[in-house]
Amino acid sequence: MENEIIKIENLRRTFRVGNEDVHALKGISFTIYSGEFVSIMGTSGSGKSTLLNILGCLDKPTSGEYNIDGVNVGSLSKNQLSTLRNRKIGFVFQSYNLLARTTALENVELPLLYNNTVSSKERRERAVAALQAVGLDNRMYHLPNQLSGGQQQRVAIARALVNDPVILLADEATGNLDTRTSYEIMTLFQQLHDQGKTIAFVTHEPDIAVFTTRTIMLRDGHIINDCPVEPKSAKEALENLPQSDDY
Amino acid sequence: MNILNLIKIAIKALLRNKSRAILTMLGIVIGIASVIAMVSLGQSSTLSVQNQLSSMGSNMIMIMPSHQSRGGVNLGSGSSKALNEKDLKAIRANARYVSAITPMVSSAAQLVFGSNNHPGSIQGVDACYLDIRKYELESGIMFDENDVKKFAKVCVIGKTVAKELFTNGENPVGQTVRFGTIPMKVIGVLKSKGQNQMGQDQDDVVLAPYTTIQKRFMAITHYNMLFASALSEEQSEMAATEITYILRSTHGITNSSDDDFDIRTQEELLTTMSSITGLLTVLLAAIAAISLVVGGIGIMNIMYVTVTERTKEIGLRMSIGAQNRDILMQFLAESVILSLIGGIIGIIFGLLLSYVGCTLLKWPYVVSQTAIILSFLVCAATGIFFGWYPAKKAANLDPINALRYE
Repeated sequence: MENEIIKIENLRRTFRVGNEDVHALKGISFTIYSGEFVSIMGTSGSGKSTLLNILGCLDKPTSGEYNIDGVNVGSLSKNQLSTLRNRKIGFVFQSYNLLARTTALENVELPLLYNNTVSSKERRERAVAALQAVGLDNRMYHLPNQLSGGQQQRVAIARALVNDPVILLADEATGNLDTRTSYEIMTLFQQLHDQGKTIAFVTHEPDIAVFTTRTIMLRDGHIINDCPVEPKSAKEALENLPQSDDY
Repeated sequence: MNILNLIKIAIKALLRNKSRAILTMLGIVIGIASVIAMVSLGQSSTLSVQNQLSSMGSNMIMIMPSHQSRGGVNLGSGSSKALNEKDLKAIRANARYVSAITPMVSSAAQLVFGSNNHPGSIQGVDACYLDIRKYELESGIMFDENDVKKFAKVCVIGKTVAKELFTNGENPVGQTVRFGTIPMKVIGVLKSKGQNQMGQDQDDVVLAPYTTIQKRFMAITHYNMLFASALSEEQSEMAATEITYILRSTHGITNSSDDDFDIRTQEELLTTMSSITGLLTVLLAAIAAISLVVGGIGIMNIMYVTVTERTKEIGLRMSIGAQNRDILMQFLAESVILSLIGGIIGIIFGLLLSYVGCTLLKWPYVVSQTAIILSFLVCAATGIFFGWYPAKKAANLDPINALRYE
């Protein structure tokens, strides 16, 4: 049996808006095992952003259990959560969130700056390795505004990989990209998955979810569907794209 | 995050908005520069006053007989015959804090040399008068004890008198001038001292042995006043007290209200003058300090703008593991660096400014180390104080909201 990376049991999250309680998550349970490539799907308002915030240790559940890599998140302080994010989680955002006027390499180094156990020499080496892993070793000293959207997202993925996290959390990571670039990014994610990375991919696009190995469908704070799928190859999809030259 | 990385990141962030950083710094530069300039100029003016006073002999003590009234008419100081040889000898014998003492008697008359004449007063003093009043000889010699004993008809003249009488460029030394009807031989010329701070010409003097003036000019046995020198400036108050007691005993006075003499030290004058310039310094420095506070508020304002502008960056840093402390330190480092660089530039400007001021006013140039160190500390404190609230605001942001901030 593979390791349980994420284990959620009867998770609830309630927000208080004015005098009303809004139940964003109404008791959901699932487990993500090491080496899985999970897509979490749902329409706007289904609770997937709330779930992602909790999975990313940015938010705590109102009730229920959340264990990441054997650590019970519910009992941790704010600072402990920060450290947990720094060591175990890699975030990839829809809008890349790279620091402007900062080179790709320095952007990738950023998470390790907040890790005192990493020397500056090791930091540099690991950042270079991460950029190589996403195929940007020739763009290390470029600034974000000198890179295309796809390249910026690759830098962001390198930044998520640099601390060697137990899970990559991607939030609509292809949402700002065109189809071709989306497929390129998905190809990269599939490669990382083949190398053994565990990935949770939040999206509302079904044609992106087909590249994953398992789909969890949320609606109104409940899981309505959780089933393994036979993933399509993003590489093939990319090759099958018509060679359009309209852009 | 270690301190070196912190500073590196802060400097990088400041360089991203160069003109903004420079303008913010300008507030601190002006504040610090004006504080430094004001304090330095204030100290220079105090020093210049002190120098002037000590050129008159800052350890000088004047002993004068009290006013004497006759029939309700105040005859003015120096009119009584209270001071005489007995007092002089008693002070010479008993005072431990007095290094030198001379009597003074003065007489006014017209000085004549050839066809030139000059109205003046001739002051009868002892040889040590030069030391007490810090006069120096330019040429010739000073009369000595022998001259005093023999009532010698010799005198030493100041620069102004020499200029008035010897208009054809004669060497005054060796010439004989008439003082009224009495011929006096000039044996020395004093070095010029210029005006004192009251505007009196200190070179318009004629000095002669006091015995000569007493016997040959005025036929009196008392002195108009005594000049004494304390061992040091600090001891002048003690010397004055000592003289008071000696004079009371020689005059047989038991009650201080019966004193028939007045004693004045330069110390009193110095204290008054210094307190005036000191007060001015404090006032000017206070005004300058206000501009420093305004500069600090400028930093605070800009840091608030920066925090708002970089909300998304803060959210990202938090999401990848920055703790509240890291964010706080990052923004605090920016404001402290901003104010410290501003402070250093301000100190340089302030020193330049006070240098120019001192040169123009011909005051001695003083670099006030305390002002520099204090300004530096104030700068750091300003950076921390005015940077704290914006940095705290940044550190307390919620990462979820910060990430979503547009």
